Amino acid sequence: MFGQLDLSAIPYGNPIIVGALGISAVLTVAVMALITHLRKWNYLWTEWLCSVDHKRIGVMYIVLSLVMLLRGFADAIMMRLQQILAVGDSFGYLPAGHYDQIFTAHGTIMVLFMAMPFLVGLMNIVVPLQIGARDVAFPFLNSVSFWLTAVGAALVMISLGVGEFSQAGWTGYPPLSETKYSPGPGVDYWIWSLQISGVGTLLTGINFLVTIVKLRAPGMTLMKMPVFVWTTLCTCVLIIVSFPALTGTLAMLTLDRYLGMHFFTNEAGGNVMMYPNLLWIWGHPEVYILILPAFGVFSEVTATFARKKLFGYTSMVYATVAITVLSFTVWLHHFFTMGAGPDVNAVFGIATMIIAVPTGLKIFNWLFTIYRGRLQFTTPVLWTLGFMVTFTIGGMAGVLLAVPPADFQLHNGLFLVAHFHNMLISGALFGYFAGYTYWFPKVFGFKLNERLGHAAFWCWEIGFYLAFMPLYLLGFLGMPRRLEHYDNHAWHVYLVIAGCGAVVILVGIILQIVQLVVSIRQRRETRDVTGDPWNGRTLEWSVSSPPPVYNFAHTPVVTGLDAFWSMKHEGGTKPGAGAPAGLIPYEAIHMPRNTGVGVAIGAASLVFGFAMVWHIWWMAIAGCLGVFIALVARSLDDDTAYLISAAEVARTEARRSPIAYETVVTGRGLAPAIPGLANPV
Amino acid sequence: MTAITLQERELVAASHEHAAAAQAAEFGFWLYIMSDCVLFATLFAGYAVLSGSYAGGPTGRDLFHLPYVFVETMLLLTSSLSCGFATLALHRGERARVRRWLLVTGVLGLGFVVMEVAEFRQLILEDNGPDKSAFLSAFFALVGTHGTHVAIGLIWMAVMLVQVRIKGLTPAVAGRLERLSVFWHFLDIIWVGVFTVVYLMGAL
Repeated sequence: MFGQLDLSAIPYGNPIIVGALGISAVLTVAVMALITHLRKWNYLWTEWLCSVDHKRIGVMYIVLSLVMLLRGFADAIMMRLQQILAVGDSFGYLPAGHYDQIFTAHGTIMVLFMAMPFLVGLMNIVVPLQIGARDVAFPFLNSVSFWLTAVGAALVMISLGVGEFSQAGWTGYPPLSETKYSPGPGVDYWIWSLQISGVGTLLTGINFLVTIVKLRAPGMTLMKMPVFVWTTLCTCVLIIVSFPALTGTLAMLTLDRYLGMHFFTNEAGGNVMMYPNLLWIWGHPEVYILILPAFGVFSEVTATFARKKLFGYTSMVYATVAITVLSFTVWLHHFFTMGAGPDVNAVFGIATMIIAVPTGLKIFNWLFTIYRGRLQFTTPVLWTLGFMVTFTIGGMAGVLLAVPPADFQLHNGLFLVAHFHNMLISGALFGYFAGYTYWFPKVFGFKLNERLGHAAFWCWEIGFYLAFMPLYLLGFLGMPRRLEHYDNHAWHVYLVIAGCGAVVILVGIILQIVQLVVSIRQRRETRDVTGDPWNGRTLEWSVSSPPPVYNFAHTPVVTGLDAFWSMKHEGGTKPGAGAPAGLIPYEAIHMPRNTGVGVAIGAASLVFGFAMVWHIWWMAIAGCLGVFIALVARSLDDDTAYLISAAEVARTEARRSPIAYETVVTGRGLAPAIPGLANPV
Repeated sequence: MTAITLQERELVAASHEHAAAAQAAEFGFWLYIMSDCVLFATLFAGYAVLSGSYAGGPTGRDLFHLPYVFVETMLLLTSSLSCGFATLALHRGERARVRRWLLVTGVLGLGFVVMEVAEFRQLILEDNGPDKSAFLSAFFALVGTHGTHVAIGLIWMAVMLVQVRIKGLTPAVAGRLERLSVFWHFLDIIWVGVFTVVYLMGAL
């Protein structure tokens, strides 16, 4: 009846897991009680969970990402603690099997359920606003994408309490991940969480590529798109080309595990080496999927706060495209030591070094943008500066690793771990944090607290160096990655320092939570009434904060790069055909209607994924049927849009402070009196 | 007078919106097709790597009956032709004919799927299932993935037959039919690859 699932799957004998479950349960109950107390269930359901509005879906993505950041970071702290304790005769508090689950969950969560939702959330919030569109091309599909991603994250969380998670590392290399060596449901949880969320990511990639190609405002040619839009475009291309390879690879592993096939087994002609090749054809582009949107954020932030147009826009675009193409030519550097031979290794080593060139070019572009600008040291700028220094160090470590003979010494060691954390924390995550702070007032209508933002940044930055520089040294000292116990006492002191660094980062995370709470409480003082709190350059700042559901009452007409900047300083006109605001009559606007079908598809997928993990075939079929019925019901529904009347558009637009807008546009009047409005010009 | 003009303007705007939405959906679907190509490329690569890994089991020459596969191929290729006729009828707005050609396409596609399932069944009964060797794993995975796609296309076709019946050829239904035909022709092209790489090169 329930496949392989029985009561023994619940690890009630393990105090650590029971504790983690208890904390999760208490938090969940607390949040649900709060919602009940505020009587917000209906609001939450109709306005958020069923929403097809790109801004709200973006917020939900980022909430998911931040929750998963806490989970992934808890894993990190546990690993650091274990490595401090488990030296010599002491074996720490985690048995090997549990430790292996933790590092697997940490990697999987941080890459796929923290970083991916964060960048997709930023894309959702920003891209339609920056290109002057009212929503993405397929708003309903967008909701489906979100729920599929959430289902992946939910499966990882369920594995905590029902069964176990994979112990085969976030890359799941066979033969370890084959049934013979991982007979439990852990690898299956890993497979299905990646597969289901991967479908969501693929749909996002298609959705945003179509949005950018088809829905740009009139006048916005490709070379007039903001850099963030460009990086999103390239990320989408990478998603569309690389994620199906992951789907195929995981499908082969699934067939091995479920139907006894021999793609990657040691027996019957299976080829173990095929797996890393196929996996990294997805995996290497994936790291650029993570980093490119962050590069886009840094480009927006430097130009805005240096009060200069971005240096070398064209070269920035070409560098982004070059990285996109080159990212498919380097996958083999993830396994130089696995016997490809010197010629092949040399080719991929050189390709890897070449990819540093466009990346380095970007660093110089940002530096030259700042050079002789009037840089304001706001929180997004701090994240950007921290990124530029720290990321460059990680990049140099990467070029070192690209030399195959050096890689033979360093591979599978902590030097590598230090390198990719260096790229993904100071590269991708710092970028997302910069974007989070930068666009927060656009989404919620008030700014985040700057003092706490600065403090959080310094904790992350200092904590990062403390946590990961020792790992570079440990790599040189020969310490392999993923050790739950070691005998070499010389490593211990470095691991203690790294543990201290993790604690400093923890303080940074706590400060970010405090920052959010404090900012919400102080929202009246930091309210952004102008829609343009940073004196921005791109179209998202031309609408109110938060933007109306339809984003733009009139479709803006774009005449150059930094469209809003030229509207403010060259024409002095409001977006909309060059005539002053109010003179153009408003028109009725068609908008997509909210729908619960996305939630239903997500729920059915969750049933399907869970059933597949535990081999409950009837339930898996029921899950598939659920998805099918939801899709057919949706396709039969013709009433998927509604009309916002011209009068209502007029009312909405009138609620926006006209004085504030006047101030932004002309630079006259009340500028100092408006909180958060920086000096115009 | 003004009211009518406004209404007209709204109608024109709405039809523009429809046209833009249809274009976007078509482009998006092509992107999906490209991503599906990558999925098949992965499976083809897997097959190419493992196609000689018989592990002491049977080879393609022992297993494949080209005349049988030829009939399968003809069924699928003919179904692509009839799908093309359905699209032509769609462009002329002939609802009954669209349904008739879709039905023909569906029957031919069903014949293909039934033949493939029978082939798989036979192989498994002869103890040459996908767990026999890496070669057979790759064979079943590649051919089976294509077959699953065809089966999903058949379900889609059944849904569209109902939609054409109850809704008629509305812009939304017409768009879905266009995309279904793209999907169907795409599966044909993939099959040509499968036929060549797996069956012809395996049997000869």
